[in-house]
Amino acid sequence: MPRNSIQPAVGPETTAIRLPRKRMSKWELYSRRFRRNRPAVAGLVIFAVLVLFAVVAPLLARYDHIELDFLNLGEPPSGEHWLGTTSAGNDTFAQVAIGLQRSLMIAVAVSVGTTVISAVVGTAAAYFSGMFERLTLLLIHFLMVVPTFLLLAMFSNDSGGDWRTISLIMILIGWFFPARVIWTMALSLREREYVHAARYMGVPGMKIVLRHMLPNIGSLLVINFTLGVVAAVMIETGLSFLGFGVKIPDVSLGSLIGSGANTITSAPWLFYFPAAALTLLTVSMALVADGLRDAFDPTSAAGGRA
Amino acid sequence: MTNPLLSVRDLKVSFPSETGTVDAVRGISFDLKAGRTLGIVGESGSGKSVTSLAIMGLLDENVRISGSITFDGQELLGKSDKQLSAIRGNGLAMIFQDPLSSLTPVFSIGDQLIEALTVHRKLSKRAAWARAVELLETVGLPNPERRMKSFPHEFSGGMRQRVVIAIAMANKPKLIIADEPTTALDVTIQAQILDLIAKAQSETGAAVIMITHDMGVVAKTADDVLVMYAGRPVEKAPVHELFHRTRMPYSIGLLGAIPRVDKAEKQPLVPVKGNPPLLINLPDACPFASRCPIAIDACHTREPDLVDVGNEKMGEHHAACIRSHEITDGGLIDGRRVFPLPDVSERALAGVPREDRPVTLEVRNMTKTFPLMKGAFLKRKLGEVHAIRGISFDIREGETMAIVGESGCGKTTTLLQIMDLVEQVDGDILIGGTSVADVRGGHAERTLRRDIQIVFQDPMGALDPRMTVADIIAEPLRAIGTKKAESETRVDELMDLVGLDPSHSNRFPSAFSGGQRQRIGIARALATNPKVVVLDEPVSALDVSIQAGVINLLDELKAKLGLSYLFVAHDLSVVRHIADRVAVMYLGAFVEQGSVNEIFEDPQHPYTQALLSAIPIPDPDIERTRERIVLTGDLASATDQSGGCSFASRCQLFKVLPPEDQARCLGEVPPLTGPENHRNACHFR
Ligand SMILES: Nc1ncnc2c1ncn2[C@@H]1O[C@H](COP(=O)(O)OP(=O)(O)OP(=O)(O)O)[C@@H](O)[C@H]1O
Ligand code: SF4
Ligand code: SF4
Ligand SMILES: [Mg+2]
Repeated sequence: MPRNSIQPAVGPETTAIRLPRKRMSKWELYSRRFRRNRPAVAGLVIFAVLVLFAVVAPLLARYDHIELDFLNLGEPPSGEHWLGTTSAGNDTFAQVAIGLQRSLMIAVAVSVGTTVISAVVGTAAAYFSGMFERLTLLLIHFLMVVPTFLLLAMFSNDSGGDWRTISLIMILIGWFFPARVIWTMALSLREREYVHAARYMGVPGMKIVLRHMLPNIGSLLVINFTLGVVAAVMIETGLSFLGFGVKIPDVSLGSLIGSGANTITSAPWLFYFPAAALTLLTVSMALVADGLRDAFDPTSAAGGRA
Repeated sequence: MTNPLLSVRDLKVSFPSETGTVDAVRGISFDLKAGRTLGIVGESGSGKSVTSLAIMGLLDENVRISGSITFDGQELLGKSDKQLSAIRGNGLAMIFQDPLSSLTPVFSIGDQLIEALTVHRKLSKRAAWARAVELLETVGLPNPERRMKSFPHEFSGGMRQRVVIAIAMANKPKLIIADEPTTALDVTIQAQILDLIAKAQSETGAAVIMITHDMGVVAKTADDVLVMYAGRPVEKAPVHELFHRTRMPYSIGLLGAIPRVDKAEKQPLVPVKGNPPLLINLPDACPFASRCPIAIDACHTREPDLVDVGNEKMGEHHAACIRSHEITDGGLIDGRRVFPLPDVSERALAGVPREDRPVTLEVRNMTKTFPLMKGAFLKRKLGEVHAIRGISFDIREGETMAIVGESGCGKTTTLLQIMDLVEQVDGDILIGGTSVADVRGGHAERTLRRDIQIVFQDPMGALDPRMTVADIIAEPLRAIGTKKAESETRVDELMDLVGLDPSHSNRFPSAFSGGQRQRIGIARALATNPKVVVLDEPVSALDVSIQAGVINLLDELKAKLGLSYLFVAHDLSVVRHIADRVAVMYLGAFVEQGSVNEIFEDPQHPYTQALLSAIPIPDPDIERTRERIVLTGDLASATDQSGGCSFASRCQLFKVLPPEDQARCLGEVPPLTGPENHRNACHFR
């Protein structure tokens, strides 16, 4: 028996000196996982193209989006007007580009605003606990039962369709839902030893929130931000479609789709082009958000794969 | 010669991963006969668990396994899940480290036992029930009939592990694999569980694979030992051989690195420097070469085979080291130690008697009660948990005071009371002479906090993963408003002090190993030049070879900087090594308190005696001949506030006392009495 239990020799083919070991940084790992997710990469590319379009197209367009071409009223796409014109003579190409631009600006502003507010409020509530936490939650739960879309429609109608006011109102009614989600996440962070450690060092509370709690839910915030863009675009288009949002002469994808829907049989291009832009925008962001979630999540089936 | 029950040949396991293929097990072979115990030791990540999972057939589909595993004459590799589960049910049982994860929380333990009994054989309901009760009785669960209907969460860790063992015994296994079965448990419970596994083994005649990182457990239980390193066995021998005629530097290092509870002299421990290699693309060299003090050029050219280094007299002994024939007993090579002893730094305060040193931390009659609430909406107060009941101690400059006790006895609560600067109702906490009752307002608090800092148990959890090491260490400095330039030089200084390379200060914690992370935690605690450092189990999350380095560092820092430590640990060997004074805590009160030598040499309280005798000593000869006091039962609950000695329910002395003395134990709380350097709280000691 003794002879049996001797280990077999390490084969001669293993004598070659192998590669030295290498550690991957976290970001390398995330980006590698993200890049492996084809739909997410496609989403990112589409989104980049859309942004580029919204920025560059107005510069290239032969017509301004408010300029009226009385020689071409309600014309289908042609060499002169690439995406046709409205019955009033607006160039649809210019309108779609500007509308996309406006929708993007609103979406990004709203998403940045809600993400920042919800992150700070959610983590601070979790960290400070006690009275502050209870009051914050009370406020959040109260806001949750308020019919916010109705309020939003009312206020934005009064605002006269200024996109900045609309964004502000959307932030004010949009922060509390993610804040609650972040609060639940941050509850576990509050019990982390490094948070205790900082407290025992005498670091002031708000500094702990900003220095230790927020960065550690960073991946959640990034995902929240992308999903927030999708949601903001949807809400804004919804509002504008109903006529409560951005008003003429300013245009957004929503207002374009809204007016295009009225002429869908006679002038379908007025509906389909902005609708296509909207679909591309939301779908691409949703794909990116999905890809980010998988990349950040160590246990997700797609990300854990070798 | 009888055929082995289990025979493993050249087992290799590799996992695909992001960074490349992880070769977790790289060729392991052994035989195990019925009734024998094989101990597998090695540090974290050496492939112990993966080996056992491979034998059990519990690895995922995508894992590559090669070699051969023959159990009871059958080849296990390549069998389908169904065939394997039949084989498992008929002779293989596994006991995991965490008993909660191996029990299903939603089923009563009776159901789970009966399922284990009936899944592979026909048994009437009644017979299964009877057998289940019998099994629970065998594993020493009180009131087995009633316990059948309980759910896992109603049990303590030790009791759950008993249930797991009962389930393991249900099918009369021929092989029991125990993977760190006692790591999550207290020493007194560990002793019970190890005895129980031995009992299960003798009743079923099973072979046991005992996987552990604790050399004491190996010394106590194993017949043969296999030391694993980087996925390969590096030494394999009968237990006496391995402990007394160690031939492989890694095993020598492992044995030298453990503090001994039975040795008084304070020699520095011998750490094994460096870290185990990543198991990806390992070069063809001795995997231990980078940490081996006697490595030579030839070590880097080829991985050494596991060859027979035994002699006729002592039987087989295998080691994977090209210099093993040069190594002699006692870990010597050419008459010198393989691992040279590190220098001991003289204590600056060693000459000054205790009474003449200033008190840095004083706790007077600390108490803490938690209300016990019930109901989700309208909370009703049911009673109180007395987590701490009036403890007092003081720590002087340059002194280490350790609090030991089982989990749940109130150690961490004590530390948190101090760190939270909680004002005491009928007592006081004084830090460097300042009472916490006088501290109001942020500034005063920050000033006081400079003098007391804490090091946490989990070296990963205590460091913010998103901050660089420089920022982490500088944080306490920033909190007290130190200038940036000043704190930068201080960070370099501190990293030097704790043995880290200051040029690594812009890296993130994840780039460091466990031991290094703990050093970062220590550097941070020292940043403000505190008088007292509170250490909450600072080494229990580290591997022994790394642990030794951190313990030495703590010793050295204390000597150099004249620090006081308040040290909380459940590992009495570590405490004996590092502490000057000890307090043994039971249910929120000190039962024995005094100087470390007094208490370890002459324990008086029955609980201290039991605690000390429960610790396995890493020497098979001593370990197997030692008399042992095995405590029965678990830690009682801190809710009952009876008028007597709280240890009475488990006390071994109580059982042999005459009735009138027993009445005194039950009726009168024993006070802490005795001279300053050795007090105990027992009426009869
Ligand atoms: N499912 C898995 N996927 C990838 N790698 C794994 C997996 N399981 C284990 N490993 C790797 O295999 C190696 C050996 O792990 P193993 O769990 O056997 O170590 P161990 O000796 O039991 O350690 P410990 O003392 O911490 O329990 C480690 O490098 C580990 O990271
Ligand atoms: S083979 Fe060389 S490096 Fe490896 S343990 Fe032996 S002496 Fe050390
Ligand atoms: S007082 Fe009685 S019960 Fe308590 S430790 Fe002493 S002998 Fe045991
Ligand atoms: Mg393991």
